[in-house]
Amino acid sequence: MVDLRVKIGSLALKNPVMPASGTFSEGLARIFSFDHLGAVVTKTITAELRGGNPTPRVAEVGQGMLNSIGIPSKGVANFVEHIMPEYERFSAPLVVSVSAPTAELFGDIVRQLNLPGIAAIEANISCPNIEEDGKAFAMRSKSTAAVVRELRCATPLPLWVKLTPNTGDVAAVACAAEENGADALVVANTVLAMSIDIETFRPRLGSIMGGYSGPAIKPIALRMVYQCAKAVEIPVIGCGGIATAGDAVEFMLAGATAVQVGTATFIKPNTMLEVVEGLSAFCARKGIARVSELTGAVKDRGMHVDKLEALP
Amino acid sequence: MSTVAYETDLEKAVPVVPASSPAFDVADIEATVLANTPVNDDYVHMILDARGLALSAKAGQFFNIACPATTRDLPYLRRPMSVYRVVAPEDRVEFLYKVTGAGTRGLATLRPGDRVSLLGPLGNGFSLDPAWKNIVVLGRGVGLATLAPLAEMAAASGIGVTAILSARSRALVMSVDRFANCGERVEVVTDDDTSSDPVNVERILLRLIEAGKADAFFTCGSNRLMLLMKRVAAQFGVPGQVAMEQQMACGLGMCFCCVRNFETPDGEPEQRRVCLEGPVFKLSEALSW
Repeated sequence: MVDLRVKIGSLALKNPVMPASGTFSEGLARIFSFDHLGAVVTKTITAELRGGNPTPRVAEVGQGMLNSIGIPSKGVANFVEHIMPEYERFSAPLVVSVSAPTAELFGDIVRQLNLPGIAAIEANISCPNIEEDGKAFAMRSKSTAAVVRELRCATPLPLWVKLTPNTGDVAAVACAAEENGADALVVANTVLAMSIDIETFRPRLGSIMGGYSGPAIKPIALRMVYQCAKAVEIPVIGCGGIATAGDAVEFMLAGATAVQVGTATFIKPNTMLEVVEGLSAFCARKGIARVSELTGAVKDRGMHVDKLEALP
Repeated sequence: MSTVAYETDLEKAVPVVPASSPAFDVADIEATVLANTPVNDDYVHMILDARGLALSAKAGQFFNIACPATTRDLPYLRRPMSVYRVVAPEDRVEFLYKVTGAGTRGLATLRPGDRVSLLGPLGNGFSLDPAWKNIVVLGRGVGLATLAPLAEMAAASGIGVTAILSARSRALVMSVDRFANCGERVEVVTDDDTSSDPVNVERILLRLIEAGKADAFFTCGSNRLMLLMKRVAAQFGVPGQVAMEQQMACGLGMCFCCVRNFETPDGEPEQRRVCLEGPVFKLSEALSW
């Protein structure tokens, strides 16, 4: 019997598999019970009411999905009154994803979420920071440090910080989050991308650019998990293109303690269950007693990154 | 988690597929293709052998279908497709689709015996008020595929159906027989003879209202016809329903890709997800798409 339990800081999970924010809702409970998951992660909520972006909001591009949803949100009160109760019947810890346009407003929203039933906060700092020309907080170490410092002061809950892949130095951003009190990192988010319909000459998304996700971005996310896990002591949760148990194993070998399954759930709603089962089967086949032994177990000793291929 | 025997090969690991239970009303199932044949130059009729929850699909509901790869295409997302017919005693679910892109090109390659993943039934179907004696269904193009099972559902409830079927040409009008079998009458209007012109369609609607044959309106497949029907419905106080399409990813209300704009009874604008709040909406609240 393989031990699938993992720990994200002080939070114990029955297995390392959870949904990626935005690719999951209580509606998935029409297909399977969330009791099978390591945790559940909500769609990002904001304090302000947001309608979201114009359509088309989705385009299929290669083996991936390009989206510009725009974080539609009905605010905190709606979440607490109507969404949270939907998760009460499940044993999986509830992780609430939040976003805000300034560091101070990030602090405000998490102060309102210090509630029984919420196990951790996932700060989606890939959103635009209106105090920094709309550049996402997680694009830079300095703005990451500022927002995480604010968040740390504002919440006693475990604080997960979700990084963006749209940065030149993800390891530096990871360190900034760790130094300012993050309990874990989620690496990463969607890759900024675009697509044009060559028949109509029009961008295929209503807001021109969007976030790219799915198997196409997996090697990019994996590389970032590897870099971040080398740079920090806190747990890294891998996210980006994970669709099979094999993908989850790969992210854990690269240094992830747990994984988030995102777009794959749209393609196959049972994916997370298959990943849980597949991890157990994989460990059994390899004679690995605890899935946590996979974390960082990549055999890279004596190997070196070619500096010309991977400029810092 | 259930205790399944693990296979040693990772790729063959047996997933936990939850058993059917009242708590679960949507399932991702593997169906077997019985037939997948072109009905005219544009449309293909696919008949699947399906089991379980899929057989509970109602008119207006849809499935999110995993489309196979071809030498030309590698469709990634599933494609939503409304149900064309369900014959539960014979384990049959049918679809009628137009080949337009990577997904449907893939579907068109399926042959009898092939397997296809089917997530559903999804969304809210059409609803019929037992007080209605006669309804009008107005559809165009592939919208007719969505309306055909509605006409049969109405006929089965003893409601008279007038079907107005619009298409580019007579050769592309689908399912005339199915509508005729359950309707009192079928009006075919085409672009070829200009009878599909909104002025003529409005004339038909007004005639039906006058004849007491229009207790409710139903439409699918054309923005222009929806707007026409909505205007006439408002003018004469006829309740109506419209089935909408939109690009989707999950089909379950999770991704918020498939929103459209609506108008609440108070006149407030509101975005709704076609997959979850629809795909069938009140005609009076629908807006141009």
